[in-house]
Amino acid sequence: MAKAYRGWRLAAHIVLGLFSLSCILPFILMFMASITDDNAIVNDGYSFFPSKFSFGAYEYLFQASDLILRAYGVTVLVTVVGTAASLLMTSLLAYPLSRKDLPGGKIMAFIVFFTLLFNGGLVPTYMVYTQVFHIQNTLWAQIVPWLLMNGFNVLLMRSFFINTIPAAVIESASIDGAGEFTIYRRMILPLSLPILATIGLFQALAFWNDWNNGLVFVNDPNVLNLQNVLNQIMSNIDFLSMNSNMGTGEALSNMPRETFRMAIAVIGVVPILLAYPFFQRYFVKGLTIGAVKG
Amino acid sequence: MHTKAKAIPKRRIHLRRFVPLYIMMLPGIVYLVINNYLPMFGLAMAFKDVNFAKGIWNSDWVGIKNFTYLFATSDAFIITRNTLLYNAVFIVLGLGIAIAIAILLNEIRHKLAQRFYQSVIILPHLISIILVSYLVYALLSPETGLLNKTVLPMLGLEPISWYLEPKYWPYILTLVHIWKGAGYSCIVFLAAMIGIDREYYEAAEIDGASKWMQIRKITLPMITPIITMLALLAVGRIFYSDFGLFYQVPMNSGSLYSTTNVIDTYVFRGLMQLGNIGMSAAAGFYQSVVGFVLVLGSNYIVRKFNKENALF
Repeated sequence: MAKAYRGWRLAAHIVLGLFSLSCILPFILMFMASITDDNAIVNDGYSFFPSKFSFGAYEYLFQASDLILRAYGVTVLVTVVGTAASLLMTSLLAYPLSRKDLPGGKIMAFIVFFTLLFNGGLVPTYMVYTQVFHIQNTLWAQIVPWLLMNGFNVLLMRSFFINTIPAAVIESASIDGAGEFTIYRRMILPLSLPILATIGLFQALAFWNDWNNGLVFVNDPNVLNLQNVLNQIMSNIDFLSMNSNMGTGEALSNMPRETFRMAIAVIGVVPILLAYPFFQRYFVKGLTIGAVKG
Repeated sequence: MHTKAKAIPKRRIHLRRFVPLYIMMLPGIVYLVINNYLPMFGLAMAFKDVNFAKGIWNSDWVGIKNFTYLFATSDAFIITRNTLLYNAVFIVLGLGIAIAIAILLNEIRHKLAQRFYQSVIILPHLISIILVSYLVYALLSPETGLLNKTVLPMLGLEPISWYLEPKYWPYILTLVHIWKGAGYSCIVFLAAMIGIDREYYEAAEIDGASKWMQIRKITLPMITPIITMLALLAVGRIFYSDFGLFYQVPMNSGSLYSTTNVIDTYVFRGLMQLGNIGMSAAAGFYQSVVGFVLVLGSNYIVRKFNKENALF
């Protein structure tokens, strides 16, 4: 019997090992490609074992650092502001909804819930934001549409409040003369740090990784975030030279195009890979909270 | 406060207590109205001939003309077929593979190894689809990709123009979808499996049940609720697709549309690139309404069998 189990365990290690490899290898290929000599790429293609190394692609990236740093700036700003605003709005809506005694609470909860079932889709949303609110080509466009708050997180947080903060505690604070805003700030927020951290992490990732808003609402290169710049370069490798101090002419004709693509992708992926070990545990925990009943 | 309270009818004091709570809710509700409810009313655009000069709300009503145009093209059939087939494959294969991986992961008793595998297989879930499309490009690039330059020559095969040949894309997109998503669903299933009481397995071992038997008779039945829930969520969204997967990964290549165009990409291209707002709005309306019916329908079916597994 024990032998049979050992077989299972071995099979498990083999399958998971292979799957893990498939998850890691593309990143390694990308990195190796980015430090390969451009002529070597023309002969051998992207390879795990380049015949000749070169940091040429990164030197070119450095020349365009104004655009890249700007894009990084937009990403960081949008992620920080967006996540903070999102947590504030989500918790401010979720707390009253968690109160059983709130008149009209059921209707409000339904208004939130219904947004999960039905939506207008791209065309009307685009029209509302561009024709009514005129947010195209502003930083608002990177923060507000679709991303700022969603009904699912509101309901998730509401059920956390209901399940972990007893109504009696809130009632006694209220009897002691605490106003609703004081209760929210002094009791609700400190008691709900786990859910705030989880939702905050997911929101931050959503803002960091978002490219959709930039694609739909932004043409101005100054408001593009990192993902948008990556997106532009994918379809048009000259985007960078056209929109930065890199200059044209000689510099451009010598640009190591194929390695350059990979170098900029490396620049895009490194922050996530570096931060991952630190938030990994919360992330795994958060995945299960999110999925197991909202 | 007390003396004042006596003068006002009881019900109004009662309500006044809640004013701060309503104020708190205001920003969130306003946002939902702007971001979710206004666009729902905007769906009416599907019945208009949108004219920016006249403004959207003043554009002429044209009845169902946009829909007759849409369904007269072959696009309507292709995008519906692609959306449904891809989703069907994604649901079956995606869940199946995630369950299999979760079962294997659950077999690994070495905590550190388990944690390592777990962390690595969610890695693809963390990065944006833009970066995924770069990774795919490193493999598939016609002149420099790993497949054309290294793998295919090793096998003695001719290079393939991946971004021009639609027939490969159903496999590529399915692989990419599973690669990106399996880790995520796997973690969810694993969490459910860890919650299963070890005593069931101990009892089964004493009775001489094989590992395979234990999986079939204990593990799978115990995680059925969560499988149902994830499947139900996915079936409810079968009319929607991951826009990034179908738009970014094939690099918006026109020759691939027959196998990569789905409703979401069709609506996007119609609106942003072709300026065909009427048809785009009609396709979006079609998606919203059918999608809504499917969510309600799938939930209704699950409710009939097992109330606890239903979403609402």
